[in-house]
Amino acid sequence: MTTDQPATADILETLVARFPGLETSAYRGQTRIVVGEPASLEVLSFLAAAGFDLLVDVTCVDYLEYRGATQRYGLVYLLASTATARRLTVRVFVDDPEPAVRSVVGVWRSADWLEREVWDMFGIRFVGHPDLRRLVMPEQFTAHPLRKDYPLQGRGERHNFPVLTREEG
Amino acid sequence: MALELPENVVVSRLDELANWCRKNSLWPMPFATACCGIELMATGAAKHDLARFGAEVFRFSPRQCDLMIVAGRVVMKMLPVLQRIWLQMHEPKWCISMGACASTGGVFDTYSVVQGIDRFIPVDMYVPGCPPRPEQLIQAIIDLQDKIQREGTITGREFETRERQLRKRALVEAIGPLSLDAARNPVIQRELRFPRS
Repeated sequence: MTTDQPATADILETLVARFPGLETSAYRGQTRIVVGEPASLEVLSFLAAAGFDLLVDVTCVDYLEYRGATQRYGLVYLLASTATARRLTVRVFVDDPEPAVRSVVGVWRSADWLEREVWDMFGIRFVGHPDLRRLVMPEQFTAHPLRKDYPLQGRGERHNFPVLTREEG
Repeated sequence: MALELPENVVVSRLDELANWCRKNSLWPMPFATACCGIELMATGAAKHDLARFGAEVFRFSPRQCDLMIVAGRVVMKMLPVLQRIWLQMHEPKWCISMGACASTGGVFDTYSVVQGIDRFIPVDMYVPGCPPRPEQLIQAIIDLQDKIQREGTITGREFETRERQLRKRALVEAIGPLSLDAARNPVIQRELRFPRS
């Protein structure tokens, strides 16, 4: 293990000094930062440069009708440092209509498919993504199924295929 | 006028002979997508030994198969593949829908899982179970053999079953190419107006 990686507390101090207005909190040894959408790319780039070289996951929570929620979508960036084994959670909240954040593919290449999955499931546009196509659902699919206002059984897309009969087959 | 036959000659119909050949050499296409596929493998393995029924020759090219065994759930993205593989199989061909998921969608009553493959391809035998035991699959193959022996014809006239197939798949009928966009799709609109219980 190298020793020149700064600890999370040092990074947080520098970060809060550089980006005033960040919310940080800790719960059971896990540190969380809430970033406003305009500064998300700058903060995440800073964290990458500060040693968080691994983007573990990008995912999202839909807070539709959630008690106390002010914005609908909460993006989650899970970061880790392979040198110091420290972890950090970064939350970015966006709202309807047309939720969008800037893509971090330029910072971590692993964000490519993770952001495509979030786009597919939640319909959050990642501005600057090189290839923002659906990852899991079929290309012709138009909805974003993990949104809370999408019915569990779909809108009938699963019944929408040509029928093969004995004569045709 | 009586026909004198030597005792090593048997008279039969050509249909019966073709059926007898076909039913005892079913070559399955294992379309295994889930846990039913494990039971399917167990059925083919030594203990249950599908070779006793002449159906042990699993082939992974649809062009060499005449029995498709759909074992497991089929999702929206997989269904076009399933249909393509079905079309690639040569006549005469049969289909076994193995397990609750392939037959009805099973517990996966969600937006992406097809609620029964018989909506979109013809099915000859349904095997209940989640997953079915190998004995159940063997029973389905025995029943299919009976069906082939009973109904089969050498020219495949028994497959002209358009009326029967249409009745089973009343929800979607061919209205030409449909849009996946819900607002422009008459089938989806109808489903929204009359949701299935």
